[in-house]
Amino acid sequence: MNLSIDVTNNEGVSNVVLTGEVDAFTAPKLKDTLLPLTKEKGQVVEVDFQDVNYMDSTGLGVFISALKSTKEHASTMRLVHMQDRVYRLFKITGLTEIINIESTVQGGM
Amino acid sequence: MSLLKLDLENYKDLLKEYIKTKDEQALYQAEQFSKHSMQQNISPEEIINIHIQALQEIYPDMPEYIQSSMNFLLETMISYGLAYQEYQTLREKQLELKSEISVAANMQKTLLSTVKPDLEDVEVGALSVPAKQMNGDYHHFVDDRQGTLGIAVADVIGKGVPAALCMSMIKYSMDSFSGMGTDPNVILGSLNRVVERNVDASMFITMFYGVYNSNKHTFTYSSAGHEPGFYYHKDRDEFEEIDVPGLVLGVSPEVTYKQYEKKVEKGDMIILLTDGVTECRQGDRFIEQEEILHVIKQYSHLPAQGIVEQVYKHFERLQDFQLRDDFTLIILRRNV
Repeated sequence: MNLSIDVTNNEGVSNVVLTGEVDAFTAPKLKDTLLPLTKEKGQVVEVDFQDVNYMDSTGLGVFISALKSTKEHASTMRLVHMQDRVYRLFKITGLTEIINIESTVQGGM
Repeated sequence: MSLLKLDLENYKDLLKEYIKTKDEQALYQAEQFSKHSMQQNISPEEIINIHIQALQEIYPDMPEYIQSSMNFLLETMISYGLAYQEYQTLREKQLELKSEISVAANMQKTLLSTVKPDLEDVEVGALSVPAKQMNGDYHHFVDDRQGTLGIAVADVIGKGVPAALCMSMIKYSMDSFSGMGTDPNVILGSLNRVVERNVDASMFITMFYGVYNSNKHTFTYSSAGHEPGFYYHKDRDEFEEIDVPGLVLGVSPEVTYKQYEKKVEKGDMIILLTDGVTECRQGDRFIEQEEILHVIKQYSHLPAQGIVEQVYKHFERLQDFQLRDDFTLIILRRNV
């Protein structure tokens, strides 16, 4: 399984579009891309989950590190277009309470 | 078959035989020769050297250019010889590492071992199987012998050795809390502070902590972002998800955990697990919650230990006996 990460930077906003699966194999790559983005003061990092159909707990670890980093460097992060299965993972772990997450259109099919 | 001798004479004879007869048998012998050479750590260029010498003896009038071409080949093969040597060293190192990890894994087993309690009214089944050598799942029973049984189920995120080391830290912290009473929310709150201070930012732990009181037949519990377990109501013959909010351990120091209580009736079951059970996949298909409950129900006539073992076997088969994640399943059932 693979993960492709596309980053576009636009006036203080970094858009990170993920396609594929976030797991123990792809998480290190994601971490290396995501973390530096959060280290710039005032930066808004938006991660698009539209095409992520699977994430395991290693992936959660990446977003926890990123969250801690945003607090340290006064940047912000939000996760958008998240599918139910992935959202469930953030919900169970209580992370929906501390990470800004916008899940995908519920029941819109 | 005669023992193959690794010497020039033998090689020369084989070569001669083959050139003369083009016989398959001689080729087979050549194969044996190379296998044997590998066992003896003979490098490829040494074999070419033997080949050159054999040729010279068989054909004393060998043209000069063939001789030169052979020497050329010999030089070319030297890098292969070095690579082969390196491979051998790596292989030895790998074996060494493997045995070290297996020592560590055994040590972890001893350190984290927990005794499945033997209670009168409540039956306990527990099974934890690591996907690799070291287990990132953890479960622990604390039996105070006065009617309360504490049960911890945890999953360290991050796998392998770091996760296992982290688990040992949790276990010792929990042991040191023994004087603090048994309220699940207090235990999780204290553990959270320990984990937050001591582990890397990308590592975190999910834990469910429950206490069964067999005098009152109540189950008190809190969860730190752990995979929800299930509660089986015997009278209604229904499962209910034990879905309780709570942030994972190690993310934020100022977290308080809520505590819940359930009255446990005769025949009711409490099912605790890790995401190795719920994140089970068959090829690209995820196992649905209903399927897990269906399998549990199918074996519910068995003793609690029998249920957890059969459920494990079921999912092991589904995944072609290749666990993707550590698998832990605990079932408590009130019998009396």
